[in-house]
Amino acid sequence: MATSASVHAHAAPQGFIRKYIFSLDHKVIGLQYYFLALIAVFVGMFLSLLMRIHLIWPTAVLPLVGEIKPETYLSLLTMHGTIMVFFVLTTAPQSGFGNYFLPIQIGAPDMAFPVLNMLSFWTTFVAFVVLVSAFFVSGGAPLHGWTGYAPLSALTNSGPGEQLGADLWIASIAIFCIASLMGALNFITTTLDLRAKGMTMMRMPLTCWAWFITAILGLLAFGVLLSAGILLLLDRNLGTSFYVPLVVVNGQVMAHRGGSPLLWQHLFWFFGHPEVYIAILPGMGVASQILSTFSRKPIFGYKAMVYAIMAIGILGFVVWGHHMFMSGMSPYSAFAFSIMTMMIGVPSAIKTFNWLGTIHNGRVRFQTPMLFGIGFVSLFVSGGLSGPFLAQPVLDIPLHDTYFVVGHFHLIMGVAAIFGIFAGTYYWFPKMFGRMMSESLGRVHCLITLIGTYAIFMPMHYLGMAGQTRRYSQFTEVQYMTHLIPLQTFMTYAAFITIAAQFIFLFNLFWSMFKGPKASDNPWEATTLEWTTATPPPHDNFGGRTPVVYHGPYEYSVPGAAKDYVMQTDPAGVTTH
Amino acid sequence: MTSLSPTVPVSVPETGQGGGSAPPRFGGDDGGGGDGYPDYGRRLRRARLGLAVALAPILMFFVSLVSAYIVRQGLPTFDDKTNTYVREWIPVELPLALLLVNTGLLAASSLSAELARRQITRQAALAPVRSIPGVSLGNEAGFPWLWVTVLLGGGFLVGQWLAWQQMADRGFYLATSASSSFMYLLTAAHGVHLAGGVVVLLYAAVVSLFHTPIEARRIVVDVTAWYWHFMFLLWIGIFGLLWLMR
Amino acid sequence: MGLALLVIIWLITFVSTYFFVAQTWWLPHGASAAAPWIDHQFALTYVLMGIVFVAAQGGLGWLVWRHRDGASSKPVEYSHGNTTLELLWTTLTAILFVGLNLMGSHVWANERFEPAAAGSVPIEVTGMQFAWYFRYPGPDGKYGRTDPKLMDPSAGNEAALGLDTSDPAAKDDVVTGTLYLPVQREVDLTLRAVDVIHSFFVPALRFKQDTVPGLAIHMHFTPTEIGDYEIACAELCGLGHYKMHGMVHVVSQDDFDKWLAAREAEKQ
Repeated sequence: MATSASVHAHAAPQGFIRKYIFSLDHKVIGLQYYFLALIAVFVGMFLSLLMRIHLIWPTAVLPLVGEIKPETYLSLLTMHGTIMVFFVLTTAPQSGFGNYFLPIQIGAPDMAFPVLNMLSFWTTFVAFVVLVSAFFVSGGAPLHGWTGYAPLSALTNSGPGEQLGADLWIASIAIFCIASLMGALNFITTTLDLRAKGMTMMRMPLTCWAWFITAILGLLAFGVLLSAGILLLLDRNLGTSFYVPLVVVNGQVMAHRGGSPLLWQHLFWFFGHPEVYIAILPGMGVASQILSTFSRKPIFGYKAMVYAIMAIGILGFVVWGHHMFMSGMSPYSAFAFSIMTMMIGVPSAIKTFNWLGTIHNGRVRFQTPMLFGIGFVSLFVSGGLSGPFLAQPVLDIPLHDTYFVVGHFHLIMGVAAIFGIFAGTYYWFPKMFGRMMSESLGRVHCLITLIGTYAIFMPMHYLGMAGQTRRYSQFTEVQYMTHLIPLQTFMTYAAFITIAAQFIFLFNLFWSMFKGPKASDNPWEATTLEWTTATPPPHDNFGGRTPVVYHGPYEYSVPGAAKDYVMQTDPAGVTTH
Repeated sequence: MTSLSPTVPVSVPETGQGGGSAPPRFGGDDGGGGDGYPDYGRRLRRARLGLAVALAPILMFFVSLVSAYIVRQGLPTFDDKTNTYVREWIPVELPLALLLVNTGLLAASSLSAELARRQITRQAALAPVRSIPGVSLGNEAGFPWLWVTVLLGGGFLVGQWLAWQQMADRGFYLATSASSSFMYLLTAAHGVHLAGGVVVLLYAAVVSLFHTPIEARRIVVDVTAWYWHFMFLLWIGIFGLLWLMR
Repeated sequence: MGLALLVIIWLITFVSTYFFVAQTWWLPHGASAAAPWIDHQFALTYVLMGIVFVAAQGGLGWLVWRHRDGASSKPVEYSHGNTTLELLWTTLTAILFVGLNLMGSHVWANERFEPAAAGSVPIEVTGMQFAWYFRYPGPDGKYGRTDPKLMDPSAGNEAALGLDTSDPAAKDDVVTGTLYLPVQREVDLTLRAVDVIHSFFVPALRFKQDTVPGLAIHMHFTPTEIGDYEIACAELCGLGHYKMHGMVHVVSQDDFDKWLAAREAEKQ
């Protein structure tokens, strides 16, 4: 039996099941994750479409779905958040692209533990099925938001969907935790132990650094989420009182005593904050990779970029309380958390300056990956700059739990991170499928999405300042909110257009897989190891060769070189071919 | 377009920290296996690295439960009747004698696991010698330390189950009090992780009867033995917490 | 393409900034003592972040156009960065962010580190699915005992809180569904919740605090202008979250006394 430490079977697998279903090949597994995320994102987008329609036309009766009641709206938003955060943003950038390209970019034939890798994908898949099943059980999907605050989530009679649906939601997240931990184990071991000769840590592409640090974040955070979920299951089903004090629901005195709702928040956000960095760091890695490649210039400040990723990772573990400024937590703790939160803005700013520095004095090529890379920077700046508002507890007083927060995290996670996924898709598509995607369709997709997402999410900041609270299924009851409905209407129409544009991408993706023009091995004239091998890469990634690395990852426009790029495996010194 | 002759030395400015003519020592390779299949020494180190990484989230899981325990112990809740905050932590009556016996069993099993690990290390090191025709190393099977560990580990789990029975007899069930909830949860979580270790050790013990390659078996036993020691230390921590901070 | 990107990025920046500067949708007029301080810190933050926003987006748009392939025949600058520049902008960013936070911290300290001053009006706010109740302790200044077993939400007011009428301190407690406050007097609020987490949010008073079951959280604020201000629940609490609102009526001290006296009289 192949032990967990064996890296590679010698021959490529035969048979459909071994090749495509239970494959041990990291490239197949990466694609499996990617396509799971693709399904998830369209489900999540559909849910958000229903939400936006309901907000503007609360009494509308829609085909297939019927009328959306207030509790249905809340279950839509709960599932939208859960699906997007876990099955899109934690899956595609890390497990999708990371699985495919980490081994190749470091010169390895596969991940450290291929069997574990296969298991981690199928566990993720099971988690997704369990989650979606919550829609179809009696009571429906839970309504407590993706953050699942107790006691709302801990009491089975606090609202519709809080019976079996909520249990399935917790079970799905617990299964996802296990899957993520398995994946993180693989990523970390692979990065530390399987780098090819000459591939020092400080010669790794920034994508690899991002995947590595992201995996460490996941390793340390998901265990805590698992424990939080187990405590919640016990409170819900076995009568414990971890989170629930003495409460009276609709006149009925419940049997719980002494629990602390804030305990859930601490445990959840201890995971939750690193989670949002898990969602964005791979996108930052991809952005660095693409900006450098398409500016024909080394990344500005490679070392600083590495230290910034590390700093974001470390600081990400000590800022969770900024989600809890209004929670009843000690105001002194709030002050401490706010200082740390302001500090985490610094490495993010460093990265932004360095991206601008990379473009400066470069020679920018505007193929689609670069359009999304540039869009990423713009969106990250926009989303990031609303952070310093929320990081100050005194400004959090008017802004907490309003649309200001929704705008903030959507611009960063819901758009910038998604742009990172798009950028990676357009960039690596030729390597994965041997064909080029359509440039013109890609251009249209990017520009509509860029403008459309700004149109949807920038107004949320204005709404938040005006006091529009979040998770309201209607705005008709509170007087001061009714004059904000026209702006919400504008956002809904922007959403229609933006969602429609994603079908251009979908078409481009699948059409190009079969009909796109054939791609060369290195269509972008890039330097990292994946571009040295065949398109698509052979089973062991390098066709029997073992790569040896002589250069750093972003050697573009080296003075005196024959071409404006030096690949990492080019012989030492400057080449002449 | 001009090109450079390879013999002209070009001052290569910081091309990613090293770009000299000899490939640097750092970064791994496949250990000379030649066919892409690393030698078992590398595989063992990789497996140990994997275990070390895997222990981090397990530790975080228990750390979060322990910190929840500590916070909850000191946490008051608002009482309507008196309009003040009250603390309602009821110390659990642990079956101390039984738990000490269990701890002893687990300590012994950690010892036997370590002996099993060293035993198979020797066997693996001497395997090439044994393949020389006519050479025997005497009692090759050796003392069944693996089986002893499985038994002791199983004994610990049975003992934990008995401890739960005694707790129930004293009126402490899962939902009786916050202290009892944590006690059951911490011991159950530890027990689940230990049971996983028992299953793997059982597998290794069974497989050793069938003369499968010794290198592969050594890796399994080695990694599991380290895991086992971690589980023992974890138990000491949990037991210490439940007893000393009750 | 470079020009298209520049135009799009600059246009988005211009339009977004316009609505911020024009304050088309903005914080409501502040009617509490803390409001000027909070608004000042808000203005400081948004001016500074606005400058960074315009500079960064403007710079991004400019750079991608200026350095587009074919724009100039200058060779690409082969550079791995500039350590001095890195240190410089790291330090400046750190000073900006941390400094901004520290400047607002005294407002937070005033709001939250100190308890209410003596002589403030004590009021208890209780949130439950899906209504707010306000309890005035009456002349004895003590909140009477409540008992979860006596809670009956359908009966409203005293019964909804489960007020134990056998407690002498409870006899003069007034429970209402609307909050009346005297202007220019500090309010000593005790915030509670009965079932799940709610959040007492009055935008005009720049006040927000989660109400948590198992906790009785003390907060204070001082309304400074007579008027009616709406309360919105700001923590997801179930299907009725969107309609869990209420009203704060800030009136003169005289009107407040009259109103409270009338409520006390009704209890007889």
